[in-house]
Amino acid sequence: MSDATATAPRRIRMTVIGPILALVLLVVAGALMNPNFLGWDNVTNVLARSAFIGIIAVGMTFVITAGGLDLSVGSMAAFIAGLMILVMNSLVPTMGAGVTVILVGMAVALLAGLAAGLLNGILITRLGIEAFIVTLGSMGIYRSLVTWLADGGTLSLDFTLRSLYQPVYYGGIFGITWPIIVFAVVVVIGEIVMRSTAFGRHCAAIGSNEQVAKYSSVRVDRVRLTTYAALGLLVGIATIMYVPRLGSASSATGMLWELEAIAAVIIGGTVLKGGFGRVWGTVIGVLILTLIGNLLNLTDFVSPYLNGAIQGAIIVLAVVLQREGKARA
Amino acid sequence: MSVLALKNVSRSFGPIEVLHDVDIALRPGRVHALIGENGAGKSTTMKILAGYQPPSSGQVALDGRPVSFADMGQAEAQGISMIHQEFNLAEQLTVEQNIFLGREVKHGPFLDKPAMRARTRELLDRLECRVAPDRVVSSLSNSDKQMVEIAKALLRETRVLVMDEPTAVLTRAETAILLRQVRALRQAGTAVLFTSHKLDEVEQIADDLTVMRDGRVVWTGEAAAMDQHAMANAMVGREMSDLFPAKTGTPGEVALEVRNLTVPGFSRDIGFTLHRGEILGVAGLIGSGRTETFEGLCGLRPATGEVRIFGRPARIDHPWQAQELGLCYLTEDRKTRGLLLGKGLRENLTLQALAKFDRGLIDTGAEDRALDQAIADFDIRGHRGALVGNLSGGNQQKLLLAKTLLADPRIIVIDEPTRGIDIGTKQQMYVLIRRLASEGRAIVVISSEMQEVIGLSDRILVMRHGRITGELGADATEDAIVKLAMGVATQGEPA
Repeated sequence: MSDATATAPRRIRMTVIGPILALVLLVVAGALMNPNFLGWDNVTNVLARSAFIGIIAVGMTFVITAGGLDLSVGSMAAFIAGLMILVMNSLVPTMGAGVTVILVGMAVALLAGLAAGLLNGILITRLGIEAFIVTLGSMGIYRSLVTWLADGGTLSLDFTLRSLYQPVYYGGIFGITWPIIVFAVVVVIGEIVMRSTAFGRHCAAIGSNEQVAKYSSVRVDRVRLTTYAALGLLVGIATIMYVPRLGSASSATGMLWELEAIAAVIIGGTVLKGGFGRVWGTVIGVLILTLIGNLLNLTDFVSPYLNGAIQGAIIVLAVVLQREGKARA
Repeated sequence: MSVLALKNVSRSFGPIEVLHDVDIALRPGRVHALIGENGAGKSTTMKILAGYQPPSSGQVALDGRPVSFADMGQAEAQGISMIHQEFNLAEQLTVEQNIFLGREVKHGPFLDKPAMRARTRELLDRLECRVAPDRVVSSLSNSDKQMVEIAKALLRETRVLVMDEPTAVLTRAETAILLRQVRALRQAGTAVLFTSHKLDEVEQIADDLTVMRDGRVVWTGEAAAMDQHAMANAMVGREMSDLFPAKTGTPGEVALEVRNLTVPGFSRDIGFTLHRGEILGVAGLIGSGRTETFEGLCGLRPATGEVRIFGRPARIDHPWQAQELGLCYLTEDRKTRGLLLGKGLRENLTLQALAKFDRGLIDTGAEDRALDQAIADFDIRGHRGALVGNLSGGNQQKLLLAKTLLADPRIIVIDEPTRGIDIGTKQQMYVLIRRLASEGRAIVVISSEMQEVIGLSDRILVMRHGRITGELGADATEDAIVKLAMGVATQGEPA
């Protein structure tokens, strides 16, 4: 990090240390309050729960860094889950309840995610509509589509398929479940892409000044389109990991995921108006959000119903700390 | 008796002292010009005078008494105003709302709009500015924005007006109006501090003169004691030789052929050819469509027409297509279109040619070597780790040129290559540009400075109202260009 020089030391320090410090404080507090907190079971539980939002939030980091926003990811996940279940169920009579059907389902999820992301991206880049508006619209559309697919109720995966599919959520290797592994892989790739590839550099350039990027021959539209498509694809991946957990989808699936993902990105130190992003920070943001819920469940000082209030306070605090660092620099 | 003065003022940023023992005294009813190269400390001096920054040591004296302003609001309350190079206007508000921002005239709890409208009209009339008071500022040209800034200062009835390069973005006619206003303010007893890189203006308007170099005052006294040549020497600290390099160009094959280029709303039926090794100057008034024409050519705006690059028909809808064909446009607006001010030198340098450093992952080692090379080749002075926004204008301009050249263009359009940079750096830029031409590249230089166009170009196109009105040779005179730029019939241009 060659920018961490005399020019802006305070900002760098505050935003780097801040989220890590918060995470450490939460872990220490948790360990003091409940001896099971640092146990293997709880740790893997927290990580697995973080995985869905986390995978999405990695994609969101790129979108936000490039100066965009995507509000549709939660309902997109619900829609993909519903679509995936419908397709798999409908294939059971012809193809039998086997692994092939599940693989087809996964392919559907990936394609649907990619298509949904591309659609957002095309509307934003080609028609030049504000990302906020486009994704607010598609958020409503996907949410309503899944409700319609489920006819207002719940779509349930075929029972045989469900037991066949379950290991994708519950299974793993060396006691580490698949969602955690996939999350880790996505994070590592995301961090490398953000930090060391032309694409990552271009995202930051577009987010910090789109005009400069354009005048520097950066293919602005293509880069932005790619961020939305990649996010869609990651929503597909997250949904693939999520469906086997409950084996069903309803209009309540993925509710408020978009806000949790955006919150995680911001808590992690990515600048909301774009220009600077870091994937590892997003991971810390996700872990902080999940840990708060986890701690409230494990201890009885505060009602778990206040989870949202505490998360909200932390989001605001994170932004205040970022801003303070900036004002002084 | 000075109204506002600095005494032994020093200022440090972190461990680096940028001003050393500066003394400067502004007297009522006098125009004080402050000149110096970029990075000489003019901006810091002005900011301390206007209360934007406190001195690290030394004294600010108002009417002979030491003062310390907590912020610019306090300075403003004492009648000290500063007009910035980067405008301090709320872009989404109207002219009138901007002028009265923070000093709205009220009628009970409500705004007294008619009163403010009338006063705005009066102020703008005084400035001979024909902008409607209800225009939104973002839709104004740079020169009109400058006038709005001045109107704002006039409203505040300032005793001391600090102007940071007010004429940098103005045309000659607008500059004449501005200078007239400055004289009127002087008449009214205002103390004016004025910076400019245009030494002829300084000679015209200044009563007192202070020259700064490397954070120190190197000369101060009556302006009449110095002519332009002496000023330039004092700024640079050495004898200035010829400003422009010799025109050694022997044009080679045709590099660029343009026919019937039309940029809707800005220019029509533009046609010209450009050869390798040649510098083609493009002159014209601000608003004549020069920038837009070449932005259209380079895919930065919608345009139609026939373009051939090295004989091959080219279709350019995006800037990256132009770059693939070896055609690059270097913007006049380095701060909002040229450079990422919040990023470091390295990221900025390689942004345009990132593919060169892309081996799957970006080769940061190669990037660092490229930066070393650029710093050496272009004499970029500044901390390697600094943010680009903290570099001086001249160094930003050199970085911008280095960045564009990294993409290895064969045809380069350079828009206002020396806007707002000092004379020493200007000379370096001219040498660099001539060197690019003698390397066999084809170069277009768009410039509002007549001397620059004449001194640098092998051939000159003059534009007026979106059309080419004439072509002149290397021996063109300022008079000939002005006539073409204004339309031959109009001769009202002030000398």
